[in-house]
Amino acid sequence: MSIVEVEEVSKIYHQGKMTFKALDDVSLAVDKGEFIALAGPSGSGKTTLLNLVGGLDLPDSGKVVLDGNDYSKMGDGQRADLRLERLGFVFQSYNLIPVLTAAENVEYILRLQNVEKAERIERVQSILDEVGLQEKHNSRPDELSGGQQQRVAVARAIVSNPAVVLADEPTANLDSKTGEKLLEMMRVMNEKRQVTFIFATHDKMVMDFARRIVSLHDGKVAGDQKKDE
Amino acid sequence: MDLVIAWRNLWRNPRRTLIILTAMVIGITSMVVLSALSRGMIDGMVDNAINNLVGHIRIQDPEYRVDPSIIRRITHPQQLLADITPLLPPGADIARRIKVDGMLGTSREHVGVIIVGIIPENETGISFIGRPVHQGRMINPDESGDLIIGQALLERIGARVGRKVVLVSQNQEWENVSRSFRIRGTYRTELAQTEKVYVFVLLPVLQEMLGVGEGVTEITVHLEQGKSGKDDGLAELVSALNTKIRDSGYIAENWRQMLPAISAYLEMYNGYMLIWFIVVFIAMGFGIVNTMLMAVYERMREFGLQRAIGMRSSRIVRMVMVEILLLLLFGSLVANGFSLFLIKIVFGSGIDLSLFAEGTEMWGMSRVIVPALSLWDLYTANGVVLVLGLLVGLYPAVRAGRFTPVEAMRHL
Ligand SMILES: Nc1ncnc2c1ncn2[C@@H]1O[C@H](COP(=O)(O)OP(=O)(O)OP(=O)(O)O)[C@@H](O)[C@H]1O
Ligand SMILES: [Mg+2]
Repeated sequence: MSIVEVEEVSKIYHQGKMTFKALDDVSLAVDKGEFIALAGPSGSGKTTLLNLVGGLDLPDSGKVVLDGNDYSKMGDGQRADLRLERLGFVFQSYNLIPVLTAAENVEYILRLQNVEKAERIERVQSILDEVGLQEKHNSRPDELSGGQQQRVAVARAIVSNPAVVLADEPTANLDSKTGEKLLEMMRVMNEKRQVTFIFATHDKMVMDFARRIVSLHDGKVAGDQKKDE
Repeated sequence: MDLVIAWRNLWRNPRRTLIILTAMVIGITSMVVLSALSRGMIDGMVDNAINNLVGHIRIQDPEYRVDPSIIRRITHPQQLLADITPLLPPGADIARRIKVDGMLGTSREHVGVIIVGIIPENETGISFIGRPVHQGRMINPDESGDLIIGQALLERIGARVGRKVVLVSQNQEWENVSRSFRIRGTYRTELAQTEKVYVFVLLPVLQEMLGVGEGVTEITVHLEQGKSGKDDGLAELVSALNTKIRDSGYIAENWRQMLPAISAYLEMYNGYMLIWFIVVFIAMGFGIVNTMLMAVYERMREFGLQRAIGMRSSRIVRMVMVEILLLLLFGSLVANGFSLFLIKIVFGSGIDLSLFAEGTEMWGMSRVIVPALSLWDLYTANGVVLVLGLLVGLYPAVRAGRFTPVEAMRHL
């Protein structure tokens, strides 16, 4: 069974009297452990689709099911709980709570999950070491570089053992070298922990890393290409 | 964790937090300090009234209050005293007096006065006349031809200590009786008006002049309880006294019954204070809400992020409320410290109003106001700020909880 099922989904935005169909009858199934990129030009609906998969927004028609949970049948609070337990998020920027240190940002999500203190500390330590931030545990976000901030964001997305990590342009603000390192790191996580990664991107490098590329165009799926290894 | 985040968030924009804190300090301090001052003023008013020959409890003929003449007297005070003394708490002082209307005459003019016959040693600690005299000296029990008048009256009639004046009053047959006295000394009180009204002579002298034998017009009890507000048990004591002396035909009353206007004012006072606290808060509350709204909108993206990673919106509301609570607690801590500093140290020895005494006296106020910090005022002022603060804080908090992650994340 797929971990993410998107079935005939449409999303319409209203802006004043104007309406805009950002997604038009999109269907997509993602299996556990995939490393998949949603590609397409700006405005093609990548972020919109990612938000629907994350349960941050609801479609106007069609349905989105995450790990057997149909968002349309859930309340706002239940969707929040599901995100907490099953999803990790990495955004393009401003991923971190500015008043918390790197370690506290990562620990925060474990606190929300009511994980015991001793276990929290140990998991936070090891994940921050894993993403290469041994020295920066106690730095605030504004004391970290953009790449380091994104690493903390990845650490936070991963630390809660989610089924799926949704990453919206995670490399867009990074130079290519830093971006490549971040992607390599996520690839390792994907392989080691069998976490599913879904990217929204127009970064060529991300597509090179991805094992499957779904192309969107004007809110429709224009191509779905699996790379065989 | 919520507390840590809230605390750090408060100091993210220290200038803004300091502005709210300043508003709170000004608001709470004005509530606490001004209420302590006006309490002090009222305490002074009550003390003045009680020391102004009223006492805490007074026993007299029930008709005397309407018709204060020598006919309405207690003919055998010794019997009454024997009855009531065992009922009084330790430390209570008792004085017997005659108080009648009369005229004080000099060679040039006559002035209406109230002639009070006292036993000087009984008045110590009871009324202002028990305090040291201002000029001259107190009358001795054997100086039957002497009297004490107020300093203001002395100046008014242009006399000096040692001069003679004539006192005229009416005896129980409505005949004028008069006698000449030598001014032995003058007294001062908080109120110049009092000084112009009361003249004091020895009780036996007045009794003889009016031909009333042992009779007095009042027995005054002064309790050792000091401040006005704390008169627990006073009503019970008075009713016990009344039960005891029921058959005598006289009645005992407490000062609240004798001074109904002051008493009513005191009763409404807490209500006034509460209203005033709320008014001050409204001014302050707008500042708090506005600033918190600004803070919340600035952090819209953060709230969106927190929602995205799985925080329920109720939790966001709670976080903002914790922040507001922290701000309120911190603000009231600072404000109370500052208020206590003002009350105890800056105004501790009282504010001297004697420069304006002419204006304040008509209200029965003291020349010096010593602030009286009441716990009720302190708790109520802080309670109003905390409760209403949290209440108005709900608005920005709920706003923060309503940001949807998608709209918040698009907002940069
Ligand atoms: N909240 C919204 N209200 C109105 N229109 C919106 C809203 N969000 C997105 N859109 C519109 O929907 C379309 C798809 O937007 P979306 O953000 O999904 O594109 P995208 O593929 O992520 O683009 P980009 O690569 O620039 O991030 C765009 O034309 C956008 O203007
Ligand atoms: Mg996008």
